Amino acid sequence: MIDVECLSKQFRVPVRGAGLRQAIRALFKREYTIVEAVSELSFSIAAGEKVGFLGPNGAGKTTTLKMLSGLLHPSSGSVRVAKLEPKARQPEFLRAITLVMGQKQQLIWDLPPIDTFDYNRAVFGVPREEYDSRIALLSELLQLGDLVRKPTRQLSLGERMRCELAAALIHGPSVLFLDEPTIGLDVSMQLAVREFVRDYAHKTGATLLLTSHYMNDVLSLCDRVVVIDQGRLRYDGDLLKLARSLKPVKRLTALFSSAPPTDELERVGRVVTLENDRVALDVPTEEFRQAAAFLLARPEVIDLSIEDPPIDEAMRELFAQSQRSEHAAE
Amino acid sequence: MPPSSARIPARSERLSAWRALPTLLRIGFAESIAYRGEVILWMLTMTMPLVSLALWSVVAADGPVGGYSQTQFADYFLVILAVRMGTGTWVTWSISSEVREGHLSMRLLRPLHPLASYAVEMLGAIPLRILCAVPPAAVALFVVASDGVRYATPCIALVLALIGVWCLTFTISAAIGALALFMGSAIGPFMVWQGLFAIFSGYLVPTKLFPGWLSTLADWLPFRYALGFAAEAVLGRLAPGELWRGLLLQWGYVVVMTILTLFLFRRGVRRYEAYGS
Repeated sequence: MIDVECLSKQFRVPVRGAGLRQAIRALFKREYTIVEAVSELSFSIAAGEKVGFLGPNGAGKTTTLKMLSGLLHPSSGSVRVAKLEPKARQPEFLRAITLVMGQKQQLIWDLPPIDTFDYNRAVFGVPREEYDSRIALLSELLQLGDLVRKPTRQLSLGERMRCELAAALIHGPSVLFLDEPTIGLDVSMQLAVREFVRDYAHKTGATLLLTSHYMNDVLSLCDRVVVIDQGRLRYDGDLLKLARSLKPVKRLTALFSSAPPTDELERVGRVVTLENDRVALDVPTEEFRQAAAFLLARPEVIDLSIEDPPIDEAMRELFAQSQRSEHAAE
Repeated sequence: MPPSSARIPARSERLSAWRALPTLLRIGFAESIAYRGEVILWMLTMTMPLVSLALWSVVAADGPVGGYSQTQFADYFLVILAVRMGTGTWVTWSISSEVREGHLSMRLLRPLHPLASYAVEMLGAIPLRILCAVPPAAVALFVVASDGVRYATPCIALVLALIGVWCLTFTISAAIGALALFMGSAIGPFMVWQGLFAIFSGYLVPTKLFPGWLSTLADWLPFRYALGFAAEAVLGRLAPGELWRGLLLQWGYVVVMTILTLFLFRRGVRRYEAYGS
């Protein structure tokens, strides 16, 4: 469904120093630098796959999504989405995809969302009956209710985001590019959007490529992750496997009835946090059974949980590793 | 909820774009109503012809100037005002700001050419614009009726000239707006256009009052066909030969500007950086 081969994108960016002198100098002699936003990126996504697209800020995720959706023309390399070249922006391509950007909206600001839905119905040529049934379903899944009849400017961020998702799906796209769809939303709204996307993808068999800074979005929606940093591919595969290979530890969190014996605990594993009487320890995977037995044998331990460490930490570790290798290469 | 993946042939796509037109016009009109205060205020900034009217009336107090009497200046500038109010567009501002802020992306993701979507938005605002243009047009009609016309302009020519004014204004404004894709903003080039337009379109002074060579130049440049030509046709100041030659030139410019706008847009979109995320 999505084939990316040796994809690169460079931007020519004007640069100048601070201050009046530099500003005047830039009037006569403008200097540019070439920024390599995406470099030699290759991956493939099969129809119906749900893939998380991860990387730190400025890694090139959004630039890649914009190339996949035809907004940006690649500097080199090739992209095919639904067997079509995105930059040609053929109508059948535009009907097959949708791009939702958390910070950009397509809703008409002064009109109720229902007008944007109707606008999209007309532009995408969705038959009236199909539109009506789709609106009914989207309203139910996203709990839109009367929201669609209030002017967009009067909706809260969460309400607007739900309407944005509905507007983006009116034409029944088979490929969803979601760029930070939950950014700025409160926890319950993040959960609602996540559940909606999962239901939609499940019901339609749509292909999903998602970027998000909230690892829970990726964990709950995606079976596979593509990780990029500084425009280059760093990892492509199973997220949990990645996390386990980066941090081959288990996190044991113990609640003590009295002050925890930190000296003894440090002999068992690495103390990650110590808050009041709660201690989180990272223990090598092959030693966690003994560590758990040691803790459970102590009468002052009143609760114990064993988990994988949060994915965010593993990702931070991955990005730190790639930065260290960049510095070493320099 | 199955995804729509059926390939629709090109002809059907064109037909569906036409079928979409009533909905798009309705929404364009709703948007113009939502912004009615702003639109009306914006149109009030077009009252410069009334200042010209006052000035030229004083100049013509002692007798006609360049063939224009006081009442002829009055009817000329009132018609200019009405035509400008009915046919102006703000597409340059829209394109320029959408390019700068990255909102053009949302238009590019829809299977409707962005220029067509801008055109429909501008057309949707026409009823409100016409409403604002009615008072000066009514006064002009009253003045013209009392003054009489030199040549009766055929109705079809009048309609063509007025539609031509809108089309030329839109395509030129859109072409200038498309420069934002190359330069980051189109406001500078638009100011240059506005300056030349004020002089050569008949907005501030009838081009017939220019010295011979300048008047001939104005006859060949596109500015007059984006305003003054239609006003002169309304007022019956164009002999049949002048009228039909002018229409030919006006629509020729419409075709050229349409091609240029599409070309600029096509080339510019390749450079579009879709700022923001």
